[in-house]
Amino acid sequence: MMLLAAIQWHTFFFLLFSLLTCGFALAVVFSSNVVRMAFFLTISLGAAAGLFFLAGAEFVGAMQFMIYVGGTLVLLIFGVMLTAHERFISMKTKAGEWVMAAFLGGGLFLLLVRATLMVPQWNAPNLQRDQVAQSEVHDSAAIGAAVSAYRADSLPSSSAPPAAAVPAGKSVYLLPFEIVSVHLLVVLIGAGYLARAKKRNPGNAWQA
Amino acid sequence: MAEFINSRLISTLLGWFNVDALPADHWLGFVLAGLVHTVLVIHVVAVGALVFIWMERKVSGRIQDRLGPTRVGGKFGWLQTLADGLKLITKEDITPANADALLFKLAPYVSFAASFAGYLALPFSDGWVGHQVNCGIFFIIAIVGMEVFGVILAGYASGSKWSLFGGMREAAQVVSYEVPMGMCVLIPVVICGSMDLITIGQMQAGFFTNWILFHDPFAFVVFWVYFTCATASVNRAPFDLAEAESELVAGFHTEYSGLRWSFFFMAEYGSMFLVSGLAAILFFGGWNGPIPIFGPEILNLAYTDAEIAAGTFRLGGYIANLAGCVNFIGKAVTGVTVMMWIRWTLPRLRIDQVMTTCLKYCVPLGAVCFVGVVGWQWAQLWSPNDLHPQQARISVRERGLIDRPVRTEGMARRAEVVKKAAWAGSVPVQAGETR
Repeated sequence: MMLLAAIQWHTFFFLLFSLLTCGFALAVVFSSNVVRMAFFLTISLGAAAGLFFLAGAEFVGAMQFMIYVGGTLVLLIFGVMLTAHERFISMKTKAGEWVMAAFLGGGLFLLLVRATLMVPQWNAPNLQRDQVAQSEVHDSAAIGAAVSAYRADSLPSSSAPPAAAVPAGKSVYLLPFEIVSVHLLVVLIGAGYLARAKKRNPGNAWQA
Repeated sequence: MAEFINSRLISTLLGWFNVDALPADHWLGFVLAGLVHTVLVIHVVAVGALVFIWMERKVSGRIQDRLGPTRVGGKFGWLQTLADGLKLITKEDITPANADALLFKLAPYVSFAASFAGYLALPFSDGWVGHQVNCGIFFIIAIVGMEVFGVILAGYASGSKWSLFGGMREAAQVVSYEVPMGMCVLIPVVICGSMDLITIGQMQAGFFTNWILFHDPFAFVVFWVYFTCATASVNRAPFDLAEAESELVAGFHTEYSGLRWSFFFMAEYGSMFLVSGLAAILFFGGWNGPIPIFGPEILNLAYTDAEIAAGTFRLGGYIANLAGCVNFIGKAVTGVTVMMWIRWTLPRLRIDQVMTTCLKYCVPLGAVCFVGVVGWQWAQLWSPNDLHPQQARISVRERGLIDRPVRTEGMARRAEVVKKAAWAGSVPVQAGETR
């Protein structure tokens, strides 16, 4: 009983989900069967969604499920099944590819670690028991406000209504969001253009 | 619930043995509360499947002018599913030689887990929900889409052509039908301005005219589109191409036997109840009955906002919630029954007809209705819903901010965000206040 009471359950579940994420990401790397890789990737991404849920960011977690697990991976597996030839079913990786991948992956990993530790608030994780209760606020209103009107991280401190909708120098995320959306649309149209049937007969186009 | 278990139940028990009371945030209460929720939801899926499989047999029998099961368990054959279950358990668990053994064994669990996880955010009555997710509807739609993954894996891993065809049909069908289904779900969200299923339910309290189904003609039409898409997305006839017996032996579960096979069916019946329950909350008032017997209009037993905020317990309020739960389950079971009725009435569509129904009918209908509902809201046309002027919904939606005492620092911060945004003219904060 004493041992159970001493466990920080948030830390426990964080470690559990991180281990799932990292373990299955490694399984993706070391597996040689494409469909199994896709399955392991699903679990890895799903566990990442679990990390978001643990942090109280349910909207982001559900988004992770919707886009990566539900959408992209189903399409990926669909593509794999349609194009499954013998050489893709069990892939052999050459030594040179291993070295290259290790070099690139390691470099990216170091960059990420460096970038993570540069945020000053994240340097010292000392979670106090009474602070844990804050994650009771499971809310996505701040995300909506940040897209259209206000960023929660740049609120003026006084409680008086501000003069302008967006204070100077603190833009909302509407424009970046729109740019990304248009970019995705262009990618979709381009993919459709590339994938459509090449042979065309002007007389009866619908048979192409 | 965790606080209740800690500060009432366990502390009272400990008090009898002269031991100090537990603090309200002790881990034991949270673990017990979690177990209670999980066991309850597992029983909704498992017992639900028992009842629905028996019901499917009876409904199909009656529709085909037969009796259906009559003997097992005395009258009406109501223990038939138990006999089926015993038969399935005793069957041999076979893995084909060609199969990818790991994925073959995992696929039924993936399907079942996806169907089961959706119940986490499905409210059964006002506040009776495993976990109140702020974007509950989005969460459920995302999770329901995962079920197809188990089916595709099963189709691929079986190492059989029939299974592969079934899996690919399922993938094409479900991925296509998610588009119109998302559009239909968006309409109640747009009307209510919230993705929280509890808030959407609370906005439909009162007489049945408050249901979103009757908000305007477009919302009425879109329910039928939603139900069609929901039937297709849970792979039920007439959209059951993934297991078309006449063409594909049994589709994706050709190679499965025994308990693994039954997991797919538990998942199917679980998903049927899930999407029907979602329809009940989004369009049919959720746990609110057609006549508000327990509401302030007649008996005035249900919890008031202030009581919900303070977390008080009252027998009348509990009974009102229980009646709400019965209401909700009744509506969801009605939806499941209609799905069975459709299954035994309509013939199976061809794959091109399935795609035509989705892309040429459901998607345009959904899009037109979406525009229609937005236009109806914008023009502020007449509606039977009494929360109709959009401003009135905000008093329901933001009542957590307006009425409840601010409990944590994070909550205060959120209140500040919404208030400031209201000043900036994007989110109106109180009922009656104009933009």
